[in-house]
Amino acid sequence: MSVVTASDRTLPARWAGLPSSGTWAIYGVLLLVLAVSWTLILATGGNINLTNTLVRSVALGIVAVGQTFVILGGSLDLSVAYQVSVTAITASVVMDGRPDRVWLGVLAVLGVGVAIGLANGLIITVLHVNAFIATLGMSLILRGGLNAGFDNFAGAVPREFEWFGYGDAGPVPYSVLVLIALVVAGWFVLRFTRFGHHLYAVGESEDTARLSGVRSARVIIGAHVLCSLTAVLTGLFIVSRLRAGAPWVGPDGNYDLESIAAVVLGGTALAGGRGGVLGTFAGVVILALLDNAFNQLEVNAFLKDVVRGVIIIAAVALYAFRQRDPIR
Amino acid sequence: MSARTAPPPSRERFGTAPTGSPGRRIGRALLGTAPIFVILAALLVWITIENPNFTDPPLFLLFLRRAAPLMVLAAGQLFVILAGEFDLSVGALITLVVIVAARLIDGEPERTWPVIALLLLFGLVVGLVNGLITTRLHVPSFITTLGMLLILDGATSYWTGGSPRGELPENFRQWGRLGIEDVPVLGQLPYAVFAVLIFGSIAVLILHFTAYGKQVYATGGNPRAAFLSGVNVSAVRTAAFVLSATSAVIAGILLGGFTGVSPDAGQGREFQAISAVVLGGAVLGGGRGAVVPAMAGALTLEAIFTLLNILGLESPLQYVVQGVIIIVAVAFAAFRQRTAR
Repeated sequence: MSVVTASDRTLPARWAGLPSSGTWAIYGVLLLVLAVSWTLILATGGNINLTNTLVRSVALGIVAVGQTFVILGGSLDLSVAYQVSVTAITASVVMDGRPDRVWLGVLAVLGVGVAIGLANGLIITVLHVNAFIATLGMSLILRGGLNAGFDNFAGAVPREFEWFGYGDAGPVPYSVLVLIALVVAGWFVLRFTRFGHHLYAVGESEDTARLSGVRSARVIIGAHVLCSLTAVLTGLFIVSRLRAGAPWVGPDGNYDLESIAAVVLGGTALAGGRGGVLGTFAGVVILALLDNAFNQLEVNAFLKDVVRGVIIIAAVALYAFRQRDPIR
Repeated sequence: MSARTAPPPSRERFGTAPTGSPGRRIGRALLGTAPIFVILAALLVWITIENPNFTDPPLFLLFLRRAAPLMVLAAGQLFVILAGEFDLSVGALITLVVIVAARLIDGEPERTWPVIALLLLFGLVVGLVNGLITTRLHVPSFITTLGMLLILDGATSYWTGGSPRGELPENFRQWGRLGIEDVPVLGQLPYAVFAVLIFGSIAVLILHFTAYGKQVYATGGNPRAAFLSGVNVSAVRTAAFVLSATSAVIAGILLGGFTGVSPDAGQGREFQAISAVVLGGAVLGGGRGAVVPAMAGALTLEAIFTLLNILGLESPLQYVVQGVIIIVAVAFAAFRQRTAR
């Protein structure tokens, strides 16, 4: 509608998806974490490997872009971890190690992703089920279905498909390029398309958006379909690296809660309407850098979780401090 | 009632609103969330048809004993949900309670009570921290308690090096698996059932018979209106987190007795508790719900698991059923809410 595009230029930066002051802040934090972990690693005689760090962020990063979309729209998706598993298993079973069936596998998982995203979106908008419960329920359903059918690796992906997980264009792995392309595409959609602007409007206040003529249900359903498609992409990346899918690849990566953590660490408000994918990207890289530093310094793996928890809370507290309402 | 005192804006939004005698209020609360009792009754009848022994008092009490930890947990989580927040850290807290108790007590019965006191104190601190970070630092409780989940899980694993050590003596485990023996008709009267009754009664008293209870509803219904009416919204929410953490410690003690020491004693319990509360008619976002239906929601979840076991359904499919049921229950509640207007 013209309402949104006409007022485009006057929109505050945070609504227009421009890097807001919050995004600059998170990139400041990113640089700080990079500097500190690099120094620490150099001081102990190790060497930081940026490419490795980035590859480590790909799986979480891709799905976190999708999670950003649903959170911006005031929703959230707790079912992405099992969607990743469903995708990995489906792809590897359909492809069955045969190069001529790669397209069939990809087509199948895209179909599955669209179906799950549609189901989530419709349950939330048509049945008016809270997104937390809707996607928690979906995650239980997917989990049950998966565990009933599979308990370990099933099928295989052909060698040709491993380019996604292991291939590289010169020094940069394809998977990192895919992640960066996805972040740029996400930024573009949020910044320049009607859907993106509507998503911010719905996230800020669904009632206001609806009364202003935004078909809020369609926007939320669209965001969920996009989110599920990113979960599919993550699933394809993982299956390409593992060469076969297993039911535990998603929950083991903890992609549901981790992706939400990465999104809020990147400055997107959990209540919706504020933030963007550029911040999320920084959030994901920060988490990966911490991982990397902890591994190289051989710090106890369990302490990592403690530090993560503290950092996530502290970051969100800082954002809240910067934009405090008098009464929440 | 119009001009004399400023009524809370839109009383309907509070659901089980703070007016009328306590009895009528509870009655209304039960009426508003009645479907869960119908579902629970239907499930119990179905289980009895499949397994006629189920209604034997001893067997039924065993069922209640198994459901006890989740019922306590649901009553605690309810306060947080009513106040408009989430507590995702209870599962991690349960695991911590079981593991820490085993390591600290290490089979020495005389250490049981001091350690239980210590754990309750620790629960209090966890609840306080959750509440203060959420209310004072304005971090959404989803993130606060998610962070707390990571911290508690990480700390527990770090302390034990990944594999739990130590053991729980009989005077600790009795609360989860023993009871008063040789009661006429009933056989064994499990301590866990007492724990449910006592914690449930305290929760009912606090929520439905004190000013604090009314403030919880007001805070969840409309925090700004509650604040402007003089409610200390932050304190109300913080206290709700303390109640939830306390319920987790109690549930942990019961589970430690029932299932023994295990590094995943509390895994997934936070989502089960939220599911139970929502099955009991509470609305995420706050302001609607009651203690007895929330506990009935927990009992319903356990009844579903029991029924599926009896029917011989593979355990993975239990997740599917649980997922479908919470979605359907919430969709149904949302439908009733829309048509009631």
